[in-house]
Amino acid sequence: MSDIETLRRIFATTRVIAVVGLSAEWHRPSYFAAKYMQEHGYTIVPVNPRYDEILGERCYPSLADIPVKVDMVDVFRRTADVLPIARQAIDIGAKVLWQQLGVVNDEADRLAREHGLDSVMDRCVKIEHARLFGGLNWAGVDTKVISAKRPRWLPY
Amino acid sequence: MAEHRYGIETLCLHAGQIPDAVTGARAVPIYQTTSFVFDSADHAASLFNLQTFGNVYSRLSNPTVAVLEERVAALEGGRAAVASASGMAAEAMALMTILQGGDHVVAAGALYGGSVTMFAVNLRKFGIETTFVDATKPDEFAAAIGPRTRAVFVESLGNPSLVVADLRALADVAHAHGLPLIVDNTVPSPFLCNPCAFGADIVVHSATKYLGGHGTTLAGIVVESGKFPWDNGKFPGMTEPSAGYHGVRWYETFGDFGFTMRCRMETLRVYGAALSPTSAWQILQGIETLPLRMERHCASALAVAKFLRDDPRVSFVSYPGLPDHPQHELMKRQMRGASGLLAFGVKGGEQAGVRFIEGARFMSHLVNIGDTRTLISHPASTTHRQLDAAQLAAAGVTPEMIRMSVGLEHIDDILWDIDQALAKSQR
Repeated sequence: MSDIETLRRIFATTRVIAVVGLSAEWHRPSYFAAKYMQEHGYTIVPVNPRYDEILGERCYPSLADIPVKVDMVDVFRRTADVLPIARQAIDIGAKVLWQQLGVVNDEADRLAREHGLDSVMDRCVKIEHARLFGGLNWAGVDTKVISAKRPRWLPY
Repeated sequence: MAEHRYGIETLCLHAGQIPDAVTGARAVPIYQTTSFVFDSADHAASLFNLQTFGNVYSRLSNPTVAVLEERVAALEGGRAAVASASGMAAEAMALMTILQGGDHVVAAGALYGGSVTMFAVNLRKFGIETTFVDATKPDEFAAAIGPRTRAVFVESLGNPSLVVADLRALADVAHAHGLPLIVDNTVPSPFLCNPCAFGADIVVHSATKYLGGHGTTLAGIVVESGKFPWDNGKFPGMTEPSAGYHGVRWYETFGDFGFTMRCRMETLRVYGAALSPTSAWQILQGIETLPLRMERHCASALAVAKFLRDDPRVSFVSYPGLPDHPQHELMKRQMRGASGLLAFGVKGGEQAGVRFIEGARFMSHLVNIGDTRTLISHPASTTHRQLDAAQLAAAGVTPEMIRMSVGLEHIDDILWDIDQALAKSQR
């Protein structure tokens, strides 16, 4: 599920995000999202066989090659390519499978849930973070956040 | 767990604003500042590259204006919004974001006079042609669409024609041709009608009218539904690298609010019709009571319409809330009420109409609508005087027509003033 409380919990407990299909080109959406998450305190682990390093972090050819513990696998790949990535995410012990905006593999979603992972589809990790922790509201987007409490925003 | 769905009354008070992070202020703070500091050179670069969200300069975005934008987006059931200095600026921004020289628009003829002029004169200067068709005939819209058509434009409830557009039918026509339906929803306000629910892709408002409600402040807003497929091949400016914003691909990068980002970062940034924070705050004060006001506007306008219908000094009454209005049933399907605007003819022609206007005690002769006060005007000699006879007919304006925006005074007083002004009109 992608309700506000679930997403808040995901962002609060995630530290390391493996970004599958991350591009090194600054104007690509994957670079936008990963740079944003890096600036907001998350460790980014790029996964792309075409590069050695992106955003100052070592780039790995696949999820299985990553030597550190990964909390979230963020997928910038075509829907048809997601299923094997979901299997690898389960194998390396990730807690969240996140399919980006426009990526909607229902089978991967089901598989991840069956193995106890949180699963999000067709959402941008950057946009959802900015929606719930501040920033997206400044762009005039309906965040759907209704509250009489001060925001748990990050100072930036 | 499914999210709770809030009613529009609650959204009018809460959407877009939570207590201030630093001070705990409950009401919306006015951030009356032109500019915002960067934390570092890298932070500045990220902001300019749109890699992080934040404020740079109030021509692009401002935290007070952003509350208004998010609130109206929520009220319309849209994804995102961008505010502007006036309703005309909102309409221009929506159109200029997706149109270029050589493009074509199919628009309802029964539009606000300023909108007719924008299409027929001003956009035409830039090589954008418009075909005007009957707002009640979706077939005419379909027939007028050509290979360079890029938008379909209507008013949900025409001002001052009071024609109700069949939004679902028009959205179907537009979408069958891969085009967005742009709807000016000023007269109903988001409380009475939500065009996106019937398939509209972009909604524009003059927030000066019912949204503000107090007649003190100019403002406009453009709302995006978030559902239009901008990658259908007709809108390369949404999918190809932006020449105006160093190579960003709006639709790919921002998805269902890509149009709003492009409208903000290309059109608003360059043409500069930004809304002032204080004006945004004033409109927000009005929105808090929008549901209460609209209910009263509707009830009083219906009472006025019935009074005029039964008066022998009146030649005709047009109000979508009356059963004899041609789109009364459509109005009931599409709107929660018929709004506060009506039109009628005073027997005796143009001069009788002028005598009525000049004989009113507290009904104000001016060219606004949606004020708390009752307003009256004579379109043929004011808002629509630039139009020729054919355009007047297309806009539904006759020489003796009085446009009335029924206010929140006591209904007995409104009917009294109408009665005594009608008496003067017949002398």
